[in-house]
Amino acid sequence: MTFADLLVQLVNGLAQASTLFLLASGLSLIFGVTRVVNFAHGSFTMVGLYAAIAMAERLGGAAGFWLALPLAALAVGVLGAVAEMLILRRVYQAPELFQLLATFGLVLVLKDAALWLWGPEDIFGPRAPGLSGSVELAGLAVPAWDLFLIALAPLLLLALEALLARTRWGVLVRAATEDRHMVGALGVNQAWLFTGVFALGSALAGLAGALQMPREPASLGLDLVTVTDAFVVVVIGGLGSLRGAFLAAALVGVVKTLCFALGGVEMGGTTFNFSKLTLVVEFLLMALTLVLRPWGLAGRAPAAAQESPALVEWVRVPGVRFAAGAGAALLAAAALPLLADEYAVVLATDIAVFALFAVSLHFLMGPGGMAPFGHAAFFGVGAYAAGLLAQAAWPMAAALLAAPLAAAAAGLAVGWFCVRLSGVYLAMLTLAFAQIAWSVAFQWDDVTGGSNGLVGIRPAPWAADKAHFYWLVLVFGGTALALLWRVLQSPFGFALRAARDNPRRAQALGIDARRVQWLAFPAAAAAAGLAGALFAYSKGSLSPEAMGIARSVDGLVMVLLGGLHTLAGPVAGAALFTWLQDEIIRRTDYWRLILGAVILLLVIAFPRGVVGGLRHAWKERS
Amino acid sequence: MKRILAMLALALAASATQAQTIRIGEMNSYKTFPAFLEPYRKGWQLALEEVNAAGGVNGRKLEVISRDDNGNPGDAVRVAEELASREQAVLLMGGFASNVGLALSDFAKQRRIVFLAAEPLTDKLVWEGGNRYTFRLRASTYMQTAMLIPEAARARKKRWALVYPNYEYGQAAAAAFKKLLKARQPDVEFVAEQAPPLGKLDAGAVVQALAAAKPDAVFSALFGPDLAKFVREGNTRGLFRGREVVNLLAGEPEYLDPLKDETPEGWIVTGYPWADIASPEHRRFLDAYRARWNDYPRLGSVVGYTSLMSVAAALKKADDTDTEKLVAAFKGLPVGTPFGRITYRALDHQSTMGAFVGRLAKKDGRGVMVDWVYREGIAYLPPDDEVRRLRPAD
Repeated sequence: MTFADLLVQLVNGLAQASTLFLLASGLSLIFGVTRVVNFAHGSFTMVGLYAAIAMAERLGGAAGFWLALPLAALAVGVLGAVAEMLILRRVYQAPELFQLLATFGLVLVLKDAALWLWGPEDIFGPRAPGLSGSVELAGLAVPAWDLFLIALAPLLLLALEALLARTRWGVLVRAATEDRHMVGALGVNQAWLFTGVFALGSALAGLAGALQMPREPASLGLDLVTVTDAFVVVVIGGLGSLRGAFLAAALVGVVKTLCFALGGVEMGGTTFNFSKLTLVVEFLLMALTLVLRPWGLAGRAPAAAQESPALVEWVRVPGVRFAAGAGAALLAAAALPLLADEYAVVLATDIAVFALFAVSLHFLMGPGGMAPFGHAAFFGVGAYAAGLLAQAAWPMAAALLAAPLAAAAAGLAVGWFCVRLSGVYLAMLTLAFAQIAWSVAFQWDDVTGGSNGLVGIRPAPWAADKAHFYWLVLVFGGTALALLWRVLQSPFGFALRAARDNPRRAQALGIDARRVQWLAFPAAAAAAGLAGALFAYSKGSLSPEAMGIARSVDGLVMVLLGGLHTLAGPVAGAALFTWLQDEIIRRTDYWRLILGAVILLLVIAFPRGVVGGLRHAWKERS
Repeated sequence: MKRILAMLALALAASATQAQTIRIGEMNSYKTFPAFLEPYRKGWQLALEEVNAAGGVNGRKLEVISRDDNGNPGDAVRVAEELASREQAVLLMGGFASNVGLALSDFAKQRRIVFLAAEPLTDKLVWEGGNRYTFRLRASTYMQTAMLIPEAARARKKRWALVYPNYEYGQAAAAAFKKLLKARQPDVEFVAEQAPPLGKLDAGAVVQALAAAKPDAVFSALFGPDLAKFVREGNTRGLFRGREVVNLLAGEPEYLDPLKDETPEGWIVTGYPWADIASPEHRRFLDAYRARWNDYPRLGSVVGYTSLMSVAAALKKADDTDTEKLVAAFKGLPVGTPFGRITYRALDHQSTMGAFVGRLAKKDGRGVMVDWVYREGIAYLPPDDEVRRLRPAD
């Protein structure tokens, strides 16, 4: 690699960074003010790109192209405002993270809407008129558009900073980022402030998409690709800090580019191909940053959690009545194979496995007050442990006992790093670890089977029958559930809740809050690992998706759908989500749209989650 | 009472017709890979209508129960179970991504039901991971790569750079390309290798890194949005000027059409030049497809159409829906397809369906394939004893 190459690669990295910054700035603004973890941010970017191409083609010519950029951003901004007013505005009072569920519904709806509007084929936009060619730099060609992007990002940063620092609206936004309840108490119309911020953030997402027009085609996979990038950059930079996001974008962009520039490098006799590292390098950077700087590069320690106290419900200590109810439900579930056909049993097996997974996640989210975005890591470690042991001809029973231990060990390690952080930083650090684990499974062909995964994971002959296996899942899953709920009833469980509700007071009482939270990780991880092991045996095969982002997100959706502050919520949420998806998927081609719409309706109807809402309604009546 | 009786009679009649139809379970990742699979669906729907219009198979109509597998192996296995047990499908077909294909193949083995893998390209499906119940239509990664070797070798380029998506398909394609070209041209050197994540190609950096290695030629296994990004960035930066480029799959309309006037001329690709294939089989298919859907076929359309025609042929030959009889029928089964006659090999259950190899060119602002030839699959498979070594015994 010559010096000229290196120089041009740095320029490439900065061009990539500009895009990342645009993505991240909108997300950061939205989170800062509204505390909404906006999963739909990538969807807005996708829509921005589609809309820009459609407008550029409709308007035609050079003017059409340049007009399409702001118009697409504007259109997406309006879309964001509408989504905020119709949906999010109704659930700001819900418990923390619940809005995430609404944005998940939005992701599904927007994806199918884009398919319906623009068709399945990728659409490649035109080159930028006036900037279609390349510029010579150190003897090498660099696209003019890349230089335009590099120039645009700092200008945008300055403009946003000026907006926040010099206008009254900006002052209010900053005040709301600091303490939104105080801003409300001072007589500022919060609703319009939130709508405005959401519209601006969405418009930035749309602009980020539109600006990709000369670089990449609009495709339906763009939403998920971009949303994780945006989160990573925001978190590395530090929430709420635009300069931090700018720095983080540059860091990620340049490091990634350097990985490609290095390519294959001879090291100790073997060649290591650095380009393969780009599968996970942004997550490595995020993990490293958060371990060293718990609030990102430029973030500050967050103010105390802004929970609206009225809605923090106590997870009730499971009493005799609860135990009796749970036992009766388990017995009823066990009767299913006698009443229904084989497929119902297979579906119920999936539901039981996911219910265990959701309960293990809820253990950390509800009583633990921590929200791991990468909980699938433990599911996956358990699944792969079981799969590998099965291939090593271990008996199934032994593998089912060993898998939770493997997952618990992973939980112990991950937890140790994570409990040093809080809030979204903690959430994202678990995601970073999950992605690192995923990339190991994805790359380690000789052991994990790489992207294809493992096949031939067979249950023991006595459990091969679908009904027998289902009962096995109920026994193992029911035992794990009972143990987790029993732990919540123990002094440890109370200490965990004390650490969540008031860490300082807990410390004063002699509870080592951080240690208690740390130990919650292996407990939850073991249960998730057991779910993963049962999953592997029930499916017969396994691939890295078992610990992918989608699995983690599904878990969050199940817990939130059921209700964060109830014990039965995650079970109900897992059942409802799995069943809904299974029903809708076979009835319509546009199943994502329908599923997303159903979730949005549930979100609006049950801001405490389905079980939480029903219980609340019952209490109100009596 | 009369009304109840009438309803009962209707219900009986309905169940009687249902008993007469043969139910085929079909599943694919429709929402995950819509660009390929929407045309695929239209393809099998057309074939289904044609088969049933001709009276069905051995006097029984075919019925396809189709499902979206949500693009992941876990859900795909559950859907397969639903099709096999609740819907009483006599066999299964479909699949796109290799990991889903392998999971379904393993399900077929466990459940003892025939599975025709339509699109998954992984070599493992019929070789290392092959089993008694799984058959595969598409030419595999190895076969399609091998089909490009004659042109690649003829170019007599010494320094090759490689770029491929970092998962099994890309890795296998690169490995096969290196092995086969080295065998034909021992002095070849592979000077750079870039493996970006699927769907997240950092085009500027990759193009730059490839150019920095000063290759004489480039082998690429990119497709979809990655390919489009690579092409535009490479055009702008002059990567392709004076260099031979070989790209798997880039001639498939699904991936070629979005390139429009950006289409890189002269690339050697595998694909489907639908507008120029003059054989009577293809003419008939093309006319029927256009009449039915008012659209031109993509490669997915041919795969969908041929998959269902293969299933119909197997059912006809077996004259039964019993799994073992269907396995026996599929072994050595000849099928007439838009690409001509193919055979499902008894040796490894791979069909001999080939692919078109040609060069890319621009015509009226669109990408087309020119100077193409059809390469029969059978000529690009390894020798039989090597296949036997790779494939476990049933």
